[in-house]
Amino acid sequence: MSSKFEVKELNLFFGEFQALYNINLQFSEREVFALIGPSGCGKSTFLKTLNRMNDLVLNCKITGDVLLDGKDIFSAIDVNVLRKSVGMVFQKPNPFAMSIYENIAFGPKTHGVSKKAELDEIVEMSLSAAALWDEVKDRLKKSALDLSGGQQQRLCVARSLAVNPEVLLMDEPTSALDPLSTLKIEELICNLKTKYTIIIVTHNMQQAARVSDKTAFFLLGQLIEADLTDKIFSSPKDKRTEDYITGRFG
Amino acid sequence: MNRYKLIRFGVWAAAFMSAATLFIIIFYILVNGVPHLTPDLFSWRYTSENVSMTPAIINTAVMTVLSLLVSVPLGLFTAIYLVEYSRASRFLTFIRLAVQTLAGIPSIVYGLFGLIFFVTFLSWGFSILSGALTLAIMVLPVIIRTGEEALIAVPVSYREGSFALGATRLRTVFRVVIPAAVPGIMAGIILAIGRIAGETAALIYTAGTVAKTITGVTSSGRTLAVHMYVLSSEGFNTDQAAATAVVLLVLVAGMNALSLYIAKKAVSYEQ
Repeated sequence: MSSKFEVKELNLFFGEFQALYNINLQFSEREVFALIGPSGCGKSTFLKTLNRMNDLVLNCKITGDVLLDGKDIFSAIDVNVLRKSVGMVFQKPNPFAMSIYENIAFGPKTHGVSKKAELDEIVEMSLSAAALWDEVKDRLKKSALDLSGGQQQRLCVARSLAVNPEVLLMDEPTSALDPLSTLKIEELICNLKTKYTIIIVTHNMQQAARVSDKTAFFLLGQLIEADLTDKIFSSPKDKRTEDYITGRFG
Repeated sequence: MNRYKLIRFGVWAAAFMSAATLFIIIFYILVNGVPHLTPDLFSWRYTSENVSMTPAIINTAVMTVLSLLVSVPLGLFTAIYLVEYSRASRFLTFIRLAVQTLAGIPSIVYGLFGLIFFVTFLSWGFSILSGALTLAIMVLPVIIRTGEEALIAVPVSYREGSFALGATRLRTVFRVVIPAAVPGIMAGIILAIGRIAGETAALIYTAGTVAKTITGVTSSGRTLAVHMYVLSSEGFNTDQAAATAVVLLVLVAGMNALSLYIAKKAVSYEQ
């Protein structure tokens, strides 16, 4: 499989504090890659590096290379084009204070789609892909804020899909959801895998085991090991990975 | 013996007195004003016999619109800069200090400034324009502060969501953040309207006290509040002043209701 994202010798600092140490990692197309590790290990920070959301943080400094399809995301790609190709779903559902329709249409409109028919089609396709269409098709004009938490999160997935990304970053997408909604999101991830590269940060190890093909374990800003999920969970090479997975800390 | 009962009584009494004060004022104005609300008071032209308030009502409307035309864009863009674009710096501290200082200045000082600058220095004379610009400066801090608060109240996650879709900061601010902040912004504009409609001190020496309907932005004219002030200070028409107060009260209440209605409409998320 060809490598979609390639991270080489990535170091990240917040002012004096170093949050990531020399990370090397590759992500292939059409796979689900889980990032696990205890709180504060840098997995979310790492994820936010991939679509340059860390740019918004004051005093954040990055060294090393991140290549998307071989192109450096810091110099060779416009940041807004990068974020169009690399979508993101956040920890807490964050629909905009607009109608369901407008939430989905916002991204395509940002990138120049203006025809009503075209937008209608994108909205239906995105909501269908996020398994939300049947639930909301009769109330597209209603506020997105009136949806349940689980529906809001699927709306956010649909919103990301609407700009036709290649990679989907998910930052603990189910941590604010009930078990049933979590199950729906996980099913969704498995379906989306056929089209997108998905990188998911999760606190829940069963979730990583259920949905991912590969898993990387982070600890204190370092990448301890990365391998096929089955291998990480059955025979980890590093003692610290084993301790974490078996619940000895974290 | 029972401390909690005492505290509860104190709290209740304070709340009652606050509400009662408002109702007593309204009651007093209505009792003294309503009987003197004669058709004469609403004649199209003002004469010293009918002391009509119609010209003052029209002047108030023009004054309010003119002041808002200047202060709302200026104030909102300042708030947008402060919240969405600026980073901590001396310049920022300076702007905030300036806004806070503006908010603390008594309105008569604004009037004096308007007299010296707009009326005399720019030779605009006593005019609606001088008055409106003076009031625009006066309500600027209200609009900036409420605008800032409204923008800050919009969750950071909205901005993140928009950036993550590849939207620029400009698009994020104008399409995602500001629409979500509309109710708060409207609340600030309502406050500003209230201050403009109720202002006298800053207007007497800038817009003047001519009782006729203005014919243009350079003509002098009194607003409703100034009209009331003049009537009661002359001492011949205190009953008519009370009647004017009733109209002012109704107008301000009506404007507030209208603004709230608009704010509600704006956030109903209809396409």
